[in-house]
Amino acid sequence: MSEQQPAVHAADLEKVFNIGRPTQVEALVGVTLDVQPGEFVSLIGPSGCGKSTLLRLIADLLEPTAGELAVNGKSARQARLDQDYGMAFQQSGLFDWRSVAKNIELPLELKGWDKAKRRARSKEMLELVRLGDRGSSMPWQLSGGQQQRIAIARALAAHPPLLLMDEPFGALDEMTREHMQSELLRICSETHTTVVFVTHSIPEAVYLSDRVVVMSPGPGRITQIIDVRLGDQRDDDTREATEFYQKITEVREALRGSELGAAARGIEDR
Amino acid sequence: MAYGMLAAGLVVGGWEAYRRWFGPWLGAEGNEVGTVLGWKILPRTSANLAMPPVEQMIDELTKPEVRGSSTAVWQAVLEATLMSLWLAFAALVLGAVVGLGVAIAMSRFKIVQRGLMPYLVISQTIPLIALAPLTVTWGGEISFFGFEWQKWTSAVVLGAFLSFFPLAIGATRGFASPTPAALELMESYASSWWSTWRRLRLPSAVPFLLPALRLAGSAAVFGVVVSEISVGYTEGIGYLTLNYLGEGTARPAKVFSAVLGTIALGLLMATAVGALDRFLGRRRPTQELV
Repeated sequence: MSEQQPAVHAADLEKVFNIGRPTQVEALVGVTLDVQPGEFVSLIGPSGCGKSTLLRLIADLLEPTAGELAVNGKSARQARLDQDYGMAFQQSGLFDWRSVAKNIELPLELKGWDKAKRRARSKEMLELVRLGDRGSSMPWQLSGGQQQRIAIARALAAHPPLLLMDEPFGALDEMTREHMQSELLRICSETHTTVVFVTHSIPEAVYLSDRVVVMSPGPGRITQIIDVRLGDQRDDDTREATEFYQKITEVREALRGSELGAAARGIEDR
Repeated sequence: MAYGMLAAGLVVGGWEAYRRWFGPWLGAEGNEVGTVLGWKILPRTSANLAMPPVEQMIDELTKPEVRGSSTAVWQAVLEATLMSLWLAFAALVLGAVVGLGVAIAMSRFKIVQRGLMPYLVISQTIPLIALAPLTVTWGGEISFFGFEWQKWTSAVVLGAFLSFFPLAIGATRGFASPTPAALELMESYASSWWSTWRRLRLPSAVPFLLPALRLAGSAAVFGVVVSEISVGYTEGIGYLTLNYLGEGTARPAKVFSAVLGTIALGLLMATAVGALDRFLGRRRPTQELV
C-alpha cells in the first residue's frame, strides 16, 4: 500500500476567506493528511471546524490559500477535470426533471459517453444500489433513503477512484441511516472506492471509518487522528460490540478535548 | 369549463341587470344614490346606446357587415380575429427569442445584467403609440432577401416589444434559481457554462417561465391589437373594433361583436399557453397552474 500514491495528499494546507477584510476567517490552517487508496476516512468536528472546507478544497471547488494538495497524484484541478472523484451532498440534489436513470447518467453524459454505454452503466449502478426496477421513476417518487442511494449511484457512475461525501445521511431518520451506512460499506468494498466522509455523528464516523479525523474550530485544524478499523465484516452486531463503544468514547473525548482547548484559548485571549 | 360557463353567465347577468334596472333607477329624477358630493360616480344608462342588450349583440353578429354586403359581421370578426391571432403568435415567438436571449446574456455576464436591467424597465414605460409610427418609418428603410417591411411587421414588432419583458425577467430569475449545491455538482463534473445552462439552468427555469409565458401571451395580444390601430394595419381585430366604434350611434351593439372577437383572441392565446404549460409540466412534481 505504501508504494502506491496516496488518493489524497495534503501538507500544511491553509484556507483563509476574505483576506485583508475585517471579515477575514482562517477556515483551515496546517492541515496535513494522507488518505490511502481504498481507505475510508471521516472528518468530524463542531461547526466552523473547516471539515466541509477541506472537502471542497479536495474537490477543487475552493482554492487553497497555501500548502500542498494532490489528488490521485495530480493537482486538485486536474483531478476535477478528469472526473477523478464523485460527490454526494446532504441533499440528494437529484434533478427533478430527469428520470432516476437519467440522473445517474448525468456525469457520463458530461464525459461524452454514447447512449448505449450510458444505459448499460446506469443499469449496472441501479443494481449496485439495489433499486434495479426504479430506473424510469422520477426522483420525487422515491423515498429520502432511495434518493440518497441514487445520489451515491450517480457519484460512482463513472467509477471514480475517490468518493467525497458531505453529510450524505444527515437528513435521514436513524433506521434508514444505519441501513444506508451498511449499504455504503458494501458498495465501497465492491467497487474499491476511497472515501472522504464529512459527518456530525460520532457513531456514524466510528462505524464507517478506517480512520476518524477530529477537527476543531478557531482556526479550523486537525487535532487528532484516531485509528478505528473495526474489521471488514461490520454488521448490526458491530454496533453493539464493546470495541465500538470504546472507539466512540475515544472520539468523543478527542472532540471534547479540542473544545476545552478552544475555550481555554478564548479565555487567554481576553 | 363549467366554471368558465358560470363566469360568462355572471357577466351577462350583471350586464343585463345593470342595464335594465339599476342604471335607469339611478337616472330617475331625484335619485341621489351614486352621487357623492355632487360627483356622479356610477353611470346612468337610460338608453340602449351606452349598454346595448346582449341579445342585440348576438343578433348583430348575423347581420351583413354593411348594407347590401354578402359578408356577415361574424365572418368579418372571425377573419380579423384569426389575422390578429397569427400576428400575436408571431409577436410571442419573437418576444420569447429576444427575451430568452437577453436573459441568457444577463445570466452569463453580471455586468450585462447591471447595465441592461434599468433600460429594460424603462423600455416598458415608453407608450406604444409613440413607438408605433417610428417602427413604420424605420421599417420602411429595411428590406432583405426580397422581404419588404409591412404594416403587420410593425404590429408584430410592437407586440414582441411588450411580450419580451416578462419572459426576460422570469427567465433571468429562473436561470439563477439552481441551488449552490446543484451548481457545485456541475462544477465537480467540470461542466462548461453552456453545458450547465442546458442541463441545469434551463430546466430549473421552467417553473418561472410558465407564468412569464402567460403574461407574455396577453402582452402580445394587447400589443398587436393596440398597435394595429396606431400603424394602420386594417385587417386585424384592433382596427375592426375602431371601425365599428365609428358606427356607435347607428348600430351601438356592433362594436361589442368586435369586442367578442378580442375576448376570443385572448382565450385562444391563454389556451395555447396552457397546453404548453401542461406539456412541459407533465413529468414534474405536482405543480400549480399560475
